Amino acid sequence: MNLENFLIVSAAIFAIGLYGTISKRNVITVLMSIELMLNAVNIAAVAFSRYLDPSLISQGTDVTRSALTGQIFSLFIVTVAAAEIALGVAIIITVYRSRETVFITDVNQMRH
Amino acid sequence: MIPENVVWLILLSPFLSFAVISIVIRPFFNQFRNVSSHLTIASISISLFLSIWFLISVINNDVSIDSYQSQSWISLGILEISIGIISDSLTAIMLIVVTSVSLMVQIYSTSYMENDSGYSRYFAYMSLFTASMIGLIMASNVVQLYAFWELVGLSSYLLIGFWYHKPSAAAAAKKAFIITRFGDFGLLLAILYLFSNGETFAANGLNSLDISDINLAAKTGILASGVVTWVAIGIFAGAIGKSGQFPLHTWLPDAMEGPTPVSALIHAATMVAAGVFLVARFFDLFHSSEAAMTTVAVTGVFTALFAASMGLVMTDIKRVLAYSTISQLGYMMLALGIGAYGPAIFHLFTHAFFKALLFLGSGSVNHATGTFDMRYMGGLRKSMPWTYSTFLIGALSLSGIFPLAGFWSKDEILTHAWSSSMNISTIVYIFALLAVFMTAFYMFRVIFMTFEGDFKGGAQSDPSLNLINPDVHLQESPKAMVVPLLVLGLMSIIGGFLVNPPVNLVVIPEHWLSHFLHADSIKFNFVVAILSSLIAGAGILLAYLIYGQPKLISHSVYRITNPIHRVLINKYFLDEFYESFITTRVIYNSIAKSIDWADRLVIDGIVRQIGLVSRNLGKIIAPIQTGQSQGYGLILSLGTILIIVIYILFK
Repeated sequence: MNLENFLIVSAAIFAIGLYGTISKRNVITVLMSIELMLNAVNIAAVAFSRYLDPSLISQGTDVTRSALTGQIFSLFIVTVAAAEIALGVAIIITVYRSRETVFITDVNQMRH
Repeated sequence: MIPENVVWLILLSPFLSFAVISIVIRPFFNQFRNVSSHLTIASISISLFLSIWFLISVINNDVSIDSYQSQSWISLGILEISIGIISDSLTAIMLIVVTSVSLMVQIYSTSYMENDSGYSRYFAYMSLFTASMIGLIMASNVVQLYAFWELVGLSSYLLIGFWYHKPSAAAAAKKAFIITRFGDFGLLLAILYLFSNGETFAANGLNSLDISDINLAAKTGILASGVVTWVAIGIFAGAIGKSGQFPLHTWLPDAMEGPTPVSALIHAATMVAAGVFLVARFFDLFHSSEAAMTTVAVTGVFTALFAASMGLVMTDIKRVLAYSTISQLGYMMLALGIGAYGPAIFHLFTHAFFKALLFLGSGSVNHATGTFDMRYMGGLRKSMPWTYSTFLIGALSLSGIFPLAGFWSKDEILTHAWSSSMNISTIVYIFALLAVFMTAFYMFRVIFMTFEGDFKGGAQSDPSLNLINPDVHLQESPKAMVVPLLVLGLMSIIGGFLVNPPVNLVVIPEHWLSHFLHADSIKFNFVVAILSSLIAGAGILLAYLIYGQPKLISHSVYRITNPIHRVLINKYFLDEFYESFITTRVIYNSIAKSIDWADRLVIDGIVRQIGLVSRNLGKIIAPIQTGQSQGYGLILSLGTILIIVIYILFK
């Protein structure tokens, strides 16, 4: 297993998430797609941290004792994503109550 | 030797009085308004006392022109604007004239302005004026001089418009301010021109803005003669505006709208003489240019005659005096123009006293009769003996009658013109004699109309005043008004002979003033003196024949000379010309209209175009904002991909 394999998986998940975000009308689906993108980033962050930590590469020592920067970052991202989902769903429920729709294309009041 | 700090005190003392009156007394203690006048009188007394000390120091050669070091004010590369005192004999003489006449006028004003609601304001302005005038006299640098020059103009504006609720006074104040501004512009150009020649000065170790350095540079030929001429003409333009010389004289008669003591101090004795002073200050500069000297002489002699002719027919006593002032200032200018530096300053000196006396006398007459129109006066000799006798002294002195002050100074100017070798001096001499005749005539016309004959009702019969309850009380004015008249009257008698005697007196050497000013003195010439006296006498005689009692030549001469009279009483239609041609045609229709056009089309156009560009750009871009957030996301993603592609391609 090397870095490229992880990155290919990450890029694939990110592309799927991006496609979902742009193309799906239902806001719930859009939110889920955003979650996919965030998790793709998590995978990439952990993989980079595992394979490319500069402090380890320069010393040439045991790779299992990395500095865990990317891993900690991914934990933060997971936390923020949870908070974002909570807020997002709350907004969707409010919008649904007032407009009876969960289609993102119907919420276009900010247009010119 | 008088210390420099003490000399500064001459300037600071009235300035402090102005500050205290306007900052402390007027806002908080206006009910103790007498403090204002007492403070003003005290501060000017201090100035007068110190000026005398300064004069004595200069006489004893304790103080010379380079006694006081100038302080640096603004440094601009090689150009240094300094601030300092020029301590020569001209400064000393002018300080005495200004402070002594100012003191007399302030004492007079305490009584004249007694019932005016703006009493404190009046004295604040008067202090400011005196301070500015002193600053102008002492200035050693042209920029410093220019600042005080404008301050003097400002206080003149404030005092002409002192009764600002009168539309005519407000208009006269504006007129004075704007017309003198035309001249001041010339002065400013001259200063800037000197400024641009700074390198030439610096190469010779001089400062292009220092007055004595400018004179030195002109005298020694450091400055090119073309530069000298243009600078001199520019400075003279300033003098024309301030001294009411033709063609900028029209503001001075209108300035008579101000209180009479103001006319006496500012528009007769001191500020209007500042133009003459300015030319005298730069005399070496003027003297280095034949063209500039000729300009000064021609302007002076023309103004002397031109203004005197208008003085012949005016019925307002103050306007007669105003035209007389313009005419006498023309005299001083012509004296400077023919190189008679000493006589010019001598005439300035004597004129300050007798003209202030005449103005204060007319104020005293107004105090009693309530009007300035001589047609409604008459017979005041019996009720106002002191005013009459001092006014008569002033009139005789102004006419140049032996042995009063005016005789000596005027005679010196005439003798100079007589014996000068300049081409124009013969014409100057003849015109000056004509002006002597007119001066004597109009002054005695005033005397006969005002003080002789029967009283014609004063303010009661003056239809232009239209007062409900006119204040006419034919009696001598209060002591505070008569005493200054007497002091000035005394100066008008002795001020000439004692100051610049033609022979050695016991303690006063021959031609003391001329020598003191380092000017050439001229030998007393009996032919000139007798001729001018005869001509002045003829003028007085003619005035007696027309206006005296009994009237030997009836007023029907008016009918014969009616066309001339019409031209004169309308001031050669110059006001109309300025109004209809210069103001309406040139300024309103040409300059103002084109500026208005430029403002509307160019300036407004630019602003409008900027607005239109943003608006149209917005119209083009706005449809992109669809409100579809997924569309934004798509554009965002494509943009990011584009950036990455470009990065990879051009890495």
